[in-house]
Amino acid sequence: MNSEAVIRVKNVHKSFKTVHAVRGIDLDIHPGQFVALLGPNGAGKTTLVEMIEGIQKPDRGEILITGKPWRGNEKELRKIIGLSLQETRFIDKLRLFETLRLFASFFGLGKERCEEVMNLVGLEEKRQAYVVNLSGGQRQRLALGVALLNKPKILLLDEPTTGLDPQARREVWMILKKLKDASSTSLILTTHYMEEAEQLCDYIVIIDHGTILKEGTLPDLLGTSSAVTKKEEYHGPPRNLDELFIELTGRHLNE
Amino acid sequence: MVKWLNSQLWQLILANARELLREPAVLFWGIVFPILMSLGLGVAFTKKKDVTVNIAVIGRNHLVQAPGDSASVIRNFLQDNRAALRVGKDGALSRELRVPDDKLGGTTYIFENMDWNTAMVSLKRGNLNLVMDEDNGQISYHFDPMNPDAQLTYLKFSKLMKEPGMLIKPSETEIRPLTVNGTRYIDFLVPGLICMGVMMSCMWGVSYDIIEKRSKKLLRRMIATPMKRSNFLVALITVRITMNFMEAGLLLFFSWLVFDITIQGSVPALLLFFISGNIAFAGIAVFLSCNTSKTEIGNGLINLISMPMMVLSGIFFSYHNFPAWSLPVIRKFPLTMMADGVRGIFIESTGFSQVLLPAAIMLAIGVVFFTAGLKLFKWH
Ligand SMILES: Nc1ncnc2c1ncn2[C@@H]1O[C@H](COP(=O)(O)OP(=O)(O)OP(=O)(O)O)[C@@H](O)[C@H]1O
Ligand SMILES: [Mg+2]
Repeated sequence: MNSEAVIRVKNVHKSFKTVHAVRGIDLDIHPGQFVALLGPNGAGKTTLVEMIEGIQKPDRGEILITGKPWRGNEKELRKIIGLSLQETRFIDKLRLFETLRLFASFFGLGKERCEEVMNLVGLEEKRQAYVVNLSGGQRQRLALGVALLNKPKILLLDEPTTGLDPQARREVWMILKKLKDASSTSLILTTHYMEEAEQLCDYIVIIDHGTILKEGTLPDLLGTSSAVTKKEEYHGPPRNLDELFIELTGRHLNE
Repeated sequence: MVKWLNSQLWQLILANARELLREPAVLFWGIVFPILMSLGLGVAFTKKKDVTVNIAVIGRNHLVQAPGDSASVIRNFLQDNRAALRVGKDGALSRELRVPDDKLGGTTYIFENMDWNTAMVSLKRGNLNLVMDEDNGQISYHFDPMNPDAQLTYLKFSKLMKEPGMLIKPSETEIRPLTVNGTRYIDFLVPGLICMGVMMSCMWGVSYDIIEKRSKKLLRRMIATPMKRSNFLVALITVRITMNFMEAGLLLFFSWLVFDITIQGSVPALLLFFISGNIAFAGIAVFLSCNTSKTEIGNGLINLISMPMMVLSGIFFSYHNFPAWSLPVIRKFPLTMMADGVRGIFIESTGFSQVLLPAAIMLAIGVVFFTAGLKLFKWH
């Protein structure tokens, strides 16, 4: 990539009491790039993403967003980031549109943008519904809508399609694909679905135990696998991401 | 205008208000419940109208005369004063004597015929105040001397036996009942209820709300936007205090309507005091909830703080009954301070200048706790 990285992660570490959740990760993400973080449960995806989001502080290492550290630039950086957390529950007794209005107001945005976003994520029918009465998938789409309100330069989605049926998942992919075509937003998403990474992202990072096992474009990962492991000697190079993943982590990538 | 409607503070206020008003339980506990409480306690303790006392009489012959019965002082008294005779379904005999008294409230004495054992059981159950029997024209009264009701019944009735004229010309003329507003129990109670309402509303409305939003990871989601952190708390507190104003207003209106309660002191002083009390409790509430994301812990903390104050701060009864050494401590509780102040304005016509110091202290309490809470505040 020739352009300056919008997100630069340099040798980042993070521990919780006894768990060394992230152990020395380096990552550069460029404008318009869609990156998937793939990894089994407990790999450290959420911890890494939340450090990039400025919600958690790394113990060691550096994170730069558009060249700036979080410290001292929080106000400015918050404006250009959109995100959805792995688990957020909005205010139960607020209607869907009211929820959008509330979050829009944090960015100084009004009704019009809320209407746009509501249409974008296909929730017009649910405009007046209380958040508590939305289905799981509708809630995920609302969370995505909230993340998109400020037309973020950087979008960070933590498992945006977990728990959705295949149809709803495809709808979310469509929304994100449209976004990719229409803007230069950079995206990091974490997922357990190979297909999601393959369909949506042009760069895939496989992590486990807090370190990057392998990263690259899909063809990179599958084709030019130079580090030949024992298994490959028997079976040849992996033919899809699933096989590669099992090979790398020794486990399946299911929730 | 549009700019203001889109502002984060306004949208936060709206969101909080909607959340509050859409919760029916809030309306019940905040508005209906205090009114019911004032009504219940007010009627129980204020409108001392007629009382009914039950007296057991051992020996059927003291209520009615059967052929061959000897003379009875009690029976003579009841007959002379035309005490109505009743026969229950089970054949139990009783007489009823009503003694009107427009100053102290009338008394209806019900004399029930019982044997000694039944009378003792009834006495233990609290169904009786007094047991009487008579031996050779000598009346004996049996009652628990520790029970003030029993004592009163004894004093009233034995006096009546000695001076039957009281039945016609009840209380002595030297009794001048003080029934002016301000001296009744309800006058004591309503200001206390108002203050307790403020405390509870802040504790549950502010503390619990914050803890719940933290445990839902909503706070974390919110601060991942350019939302100003203070706006979040300011909106929450503003909505709460507004709600508290309405609750107190309704309770006041209601108790004026039913009990004719009035504010004898300065209304601006009351407003000032009310606001500073609200701020004190809102600050305490923020402090309480600054660190935990477990609603169970929040629950415990809230009870830990509010329960002792509810009991000790003189909401339902005066704290002067507590031992003298404890009074200086009790007086320093925020709820005591607020209740004493508000009550003073209501019934002792405290003026503006007298509330300035306590109001300033409560404001300071609120500001100190709020600031400390905000410093220690965990957003996730
Ligand atoms: N606040 C915390 N306190 C203690 N341990 C934590 C905390 N957050 C994460 N961990 C631990 O850090 C490790 C990485 O967790 P993380 O949530 O980043 O995994 P993940 O890759 O997002 O997993 P999943 O796919 O299940 O969401 C796990 O072992 C987890 O138990
Ligand atoms: Mg996760």
